[in-house]
Amino acid sequence: MIKIYESFEKSELKNLYRQMYLIRKFEETSAEMYLRGKISGFTHLYTGEEAVAVGVISALFDKDYVVSSYRDHGHALAKGASSKAVMAELFGKDTGMCHGLGGSMHLFDQNLRFMGGYAIVGGGIPIAAGLGLSIKCKDEDVICACFFGDGAVNQGAFHESLNLAKLWNLPVLFICENNLYAMGTDVARASAVTEISKRAEAYNIPGEAANGMDILEVKEVTAKAAKKVRKGEGPYLLEFKTYRYRAHSMADPDRYRTLEEEEVWKERDPIETFARYLIETGIFEPDELKEIKESVDIEIQDAVKFADESPNPNSELLTEFIYVE
Amino acid sequence: MAEMTYREALNQALKEEMRKDQRIIVLGEEVAFYQGAYKVTQGLLAEFGYERVKDTPISEEIIIGAAIGAAMGGLRPIAEMMTVNFSLLAMDQIVNNAAKIHYMFGGQAKVPVVIRAAQGAGKQLGAQHSQHLEAYFMHCPGLRVVLPATPADAKGLLKAAVRDDNPVIFLEDQGLYTTKGDVPSGDYIIPLGKANIIKAGEDITVISYSKMILDCIEAAKELENYNINAEIIDLRCLNPLDKETIFESVKKTGLAIVVNEAWRTGSAAAEISCLIMENCFDYLDAPIERISAMDIPMPYNKELEQAALPHKKNIVDAALKLLQVNKS
Repeated sequence: MIKIYESFEKSELKNLYRQMYLIRKFEETSAEMYLRGKISGFTHLYTGEEAVAVGVISALFDKDYVVSSYRDHGHALAKGASSKAVMAELFGKDTGMCHGLGGSMHLFDQNLRFMGGYAIVGGGIPIAAGLGLSIKCKDEDVICACFFGDGAVNQGAFHESLNLAKLWNLPVLFICENNLYAMGTDVARASAVTEISKRAEAYNIPGEAANGMDILEVKEVTAKAAKKVRKGEGPYLLEFKTYRYRAHSMADPDRYRTLEEEEVWKERDPIETFARYLIETGIFEPDELKEIKESVDIEIQDAVKFADESPNPNSELLTEFIYVE
Repeated sequence: MAEMTYREALNQALKEEMRKDQRIIVLGEEVAFYQGAYKVTQGLLAEFGYERVKDTPISEEIIIGAAIGAAMGGLRPIAEMMTVNFSLLAMDQIVNNAAKIHYMFGGQAKVPVVIRAAQGAGKQLGAQHSQHLEAYFMHCPGLRVVLPATPADAKGLLKAAVRDDNPVIFLEDQGLYTTKGDVPSGDYIIPLGKANIIKAGEDITVISYSKMILDCIEAAKELENYNINAEIIDLRCLNPLDKETIFESVKKTGLAIVVNEAWRTGSAAAEISCLIMENCFDYLDAPIERISAMDIPMPYNKELEQAALPHKKNIVDAALKLLQVNKS
């Protein structure tokens, strides 16, 4: 059953496809680089969840803020970070987004208003509320979107942030990427209320769940919610049901899920289903999608080459940014 | 110059800075309608309105987290933790976010947030409301830690803290709020990291900060009866720490007493003692004396509480011991 979204331009659909495929290719390449020892530390990949980052961020304006968690590569790329800058950061190089001081979990770009990856579960959510406060105090026509996983909703930070955001009517769009597992613990073993969107009711905030594997649904649901937030109606909680194809991080042996479950979700693959949709509706020829993929493959190859050849940060950077002098 | 209390000096600093800079907001528990649990924010709501002076729920993590996010969005928030004991609920935001954001994002973001908190003991408030936690903050790179001892310093240091682009932990001993002193009017700024030699002397160096400075001054007066001229250094800040002033004094006197009202183990006094040992070892005529509270949760009983805390007497006794003078 194909739902026709007539409101989307062809160029826009192309961008959505390209961005999702770019994130997929970037993450698969990151995994390869991790195994080759080019990338170290914890590396949390976004494979499988691409429709959420791309769908949500494409429904925002460039001037809107985005706050992320430790699984932040996809969000940074969708917000406009170059694959070179992200890959170089993963390689720990001076040309990376944060000069190699941040790493995989702490991407940031002030100019893109990508306000950072935070690696304490739920720790970025209060920051998003604070950005919402600054928007309100400065009377800016901007909103802040905040991504977090299903594991974060049992942290006090989540509840304190939703309460304050409603109390002060802050322009924050809370986005839960429910990929069913907080590291190795499935939602039902961690949450008394497993329908995360329902938790919004406790704070008199609208909450809505949607299919996080369907890019157009994600984008449409987000656009509607963002419009309300932008109009000053206060915060909004969206829950996107999704699945990460890879383990929690590259260090996780992933022994808590069944192959059958993984197969079920992979049949809903956001990129494959979208490609089928684009071809079956006649919007794109198969060759056009192939061309997009080829251009992305080259871009990612270039990013790896750039990261690999970039210099390490100068030793002066070791102490450069502890304090603002 | 006008005589006023420590509390009034803080209040004056807040008002003057808020008049000057529209980006400053104040948020915390009871800061607006109640006018502050310790009345430091008295009159702020009336003058600046609820847009800039905001009561929060009792949710310390979001108070600090929202202040950090607002600072990243271009405001200059002053967050009040009613007492430092409650800041422990916000430690994730303070240590993992405020202290690290400038560094881990490669210098792109800054967090100009002042976190004010009352702290201190001696008022029979029991184990959970009688702590001095400056060592926790001093331990963490990325945070400024400021502890004014006098009304003038309260004003000058708070104004400097508000204008600093780093996260600043500003600790006010609750025993100091009603103390009085002359405070310069207008734009009086004390740069962070400049210790104050409260009293010059050549026989022994006494190093301290915050409320214990009052005990050091009294002790120095008593030591004069023994013809001992003590030099008293008020550090004012633990980060940045004015090491030069400490070392210069110790090299001059050859004897050092380091005093703090916090627990002994892992205290600021421990760190400073170690720095003196590392940098002035050849100048020392005797081992450093460290004066602190006992390493115990604070008891409620008045006499037991006083027994757990350091006093003027401990400073006098330590000085007499170091100078090998018999007590009369």
